Amino acid sequence: MKNLDSVFAAYLFAWGIFFVYYLTVARRASALRDDLERLKNSLNRGK
Amino acid sequence: MMKYALGGAAVVLLLLAAAYAAFFIAPTDIKQGLVYRILFLHVPSAWTGLTAFFICFVANLMYVWRRTPRWDWLGISAAEVGLAFTTVVLVTGPIWAHPVWGIWWTWDARLTSTFVLWLLYVSYLLLRTLVEEPDRRALFSALFGIFAFIDVPLVFGSIRWWRTQHPQPIVMGEPGSGLDPTMWNVLRFSWLAMLGLMTLLLLARYRLEAMRGDLEILRREAEAT
Repeated sequence: MKNLDSVFAAYLFAWGIFFVYYLTVARRASALRDDLERLKNSLNRGK
Repeated sequence: MMKYALGGAAVVLLLLAAAYAAFFIAPTDIKQGLVYRILFLHVPSAWTGLTAFFICFVANLMYVWRRTPRWDWLGISAAEVGLAFTTVVLVTGPIWAHPVWGIWWTWDARLTSTFVLWLLYVSYLLLRTLVEEPDRRALFSALFGIFAFIDVPLVFGSIRWWRTQHPQPIVMGEPGSGLDPTMWNVLRFSWLAMLGLMTLLLLARYRLEAMRGDLEILRREAEAT
């Protein structure tokens, strides 16, 4: 099992990068959804 | 939303199957042993990253031609997703190189052109934060994206045109190059799984950008009233 640590590190970093990237997209989408809702409500109140 | 969740579940299953195939179906390499299995992560990530940059290039060309925001949204989404895959390539490469070459990094043509590609698309994303006006921002970044894509053929050709520390190509290489048929099948399957992941991330990122477009329209409406 020589170099098992390298294989483990490569898979850990790779899936970590994809997971963190997906989280940032989901977080940004959630913040935008809130902004969109807030703006729609304030526009409706103004009408 | 249900379709997206089902698609996500299918991609996770594909990725798990690809990881299983990489560890238990692909035969062990005589020279490198276990560490060569990083190939099934490193190479498909590289191919998928280049595919995403190609989508970005096409979207950039279409934006310059048509000037419709949807092409701009696709361009930025593909650039960001391509960058995530290229980051994986640049991280897994040195982890593989260290036990095999004895060094983490060398400035050979393949490694340098890949690093330059990563820097170019980071610049593409930074450029977008510098321009406020949406149409100008979309046009500038589309033009920069078209320029940045010039590096993609260089990355592809680098191991064919110059002598490099990086191994010679396993696809469209010299006669006698290539892989064992089982390794080759596992590699193709891993690429398919990565393409599935790319599609999922691209859809999520495109939706985000479309929402941002809607928000900009509403903001303009709010300012006008």
